[in-house]
Amino acid sequence: MADRVAIVGIAQTKFAPKRVDVSCGEMAYEVIEEVLRQTGLEMKKDIDNAISCSHDIWDGQTISNIGITDVIGGHLRSEEKMALDGSTAVYYGTIGILSGEFDCTLLMAHTKMSQTNRNIVNNDAFDPIYTRLLGFDYTSAAALQVRRYMYKYGITPEQIARVVVKNLGNAKLNPVAHQSGNLTVAEVLSSPLVASPLRKLDIAPDTDGAVAMILASEKRARKITKNPVWIRGIGACYDAHYLGDRDLADVFALQKAAGQAYRMAGIKNPRRQIDVAEVGDDFSYQELLWMEGLGLCERGGAAKMLEAGATEIKGRLPVNPSGGLLGGVPINVYGLNRVAEAALQVMGQAGDHQVKKDVKIAVAQGHSGFCGQHQCVVVLGKE
Amino acid sequence: MEEIKKYEPFEVDQHITAQSRYYAGRMGSRFYIALRDQQKILGAKCPRCNKVLWPPRSTCGVCFSELTETVEIGPLGTVETFTVVTYNEPVQPRKAPFIYAVIKLDGADTGMAHFLDEVDFDEVHIGLRVRPVYARERNGNILDIQYFKPL
Repeated sequence: MADRVAIVGIAQTKFAPKRVDVSCGEMAYEVIEEVLRQTGLEMKKDIDNAISCSHDIWDGQTISNIGITDVIGGHLRSEEKMALDGSTAVYYGTIGILSGEFDCTLLMAHTKMSQTNRNIVNNDAFDPIYTRLLGFDYTSAAALQVRRYMYKYGITPEQIARVVVKNLGNAKLNPVAHQSGNLTVAEVLSSPLVASPLRKLDIAPDTDGAVAMILASEKRARKITKNPVWIRGIGACYDAHYLGDRDLADVFALQKAAGQAYRMAGIKNPRRQIDVAEVGDDFSYQELLWMEGLGLCERGGAAKMLEAGATEIKGRLPVNPSGGLLGGVPINVYGLNRVAEAALQVMGQAGDHQVKKDVKIAVAQGHSGFCGQHQCVVVLGKE
Repeated sequence: MEEIKKYEPFEVDQHITAQSRYYAGRMGSRFYIALRDQQKILGAKCPRCNKVLWPPRSTCGVCFSELTETVEIGPLGTVETFTVVTYNEPVQPRKAPFIYAVIKLDGADTGMAHFLDEVDFDEVHIGLRVRPVYARERNGNILDIQYFKPL
């Protein structure tokens, strides 16, 4: 059995509102070719497992990965798809290497949100017997969650708007981000209301793009790179499905996933031991909610941390220095991008959005399903 | 023939339509028949957890017991959270702006996601007491409850 698993290569497309120039396969090839070039690995000789992450209804094909098997090395070889968020591909790839079965695993997540209508696609995530006919989508469901969170913990619209201000400010420093800007809280709060209290700027935009990553066993990683990022802990957990089954302000699934990942990584005090976090802010308020679920502060305390500047790039515990998902990352790719950005911070290769402090431990969080039903946490570290 | 090097990005326009019939199952069938024929709302009782779950289901996700008992819940309930939706999609049965809410019906331990109406947007709040308005023509689906409105 392999002892440890490392991230040895990362490639991301520039995220763009509409990539009319490429098909999904061509877009995937951009990052696969780049990550192989970066690591000097060859598909046939070196890559012994491939895991993709995409979604049938988004791609308009069941099973969506059969459209990209040729570019991911799946021709007359194995390839498997995670239909969950891209962070779960890291979880699954890590388990494969830890089992001793594989040495070098290629992960790739892709989605072109421009190809279809997000609300209609996401409506299909709701159960057909009791909920779908009501017309819900992820945005209207998220609006129910943020209202409950604000009510239960006394969070204000101004505090949530600050997440947008921070992340779109950070996104200016990230060359792959799709949108960025110098916004004020007042500007965020005057953007059009979509589903109260959520406004246009609270919602990650529709984006096209792909991310690829290579995971390797310790033995292989040593030969591939001098700067491996170790996967120190992984955890995943589901919460109940129906909108009314749980108090939407609760984060039990994330607390469990984080607990599992922290135990594996030997993290006893996440507030002190974690240097930087990249979390799944597909809606602004989720950055705060997930910070609390990750134990980076007490329940209801994330907004105060943000207001105090602690989560800025120069802060005590930077959160989403990449600009997060609000900067524009496609659904399904969300989590692999979160892990990629956290890994770049550990490598010291995040460029202009590299945090100022020394990063020994980074945490990445991804989620899928409406209101964060499924949660996945990946803890990364240096030697 | 000369190779084409300059071209317009080409789009393939497709529409997937599936006419699906999803069977509501043992609990779902009892729920929809009671709603359609008697205007009663049923929940499933988990005797081991001593909880009443809406929507009614045949397994308790907490203790994994098989659930066979239904109990009548509501019809009055309390708003747990809500949103005013400002956009239209073809999958929505109502025209925006409209209100979605999660309503905890009296006697149930979980909430029901549905519409609110006959209330000013400014007056909706968490804790609002509401009651269902049933559709005059009921077809055995969740829209047999048209919406909830304040008491």
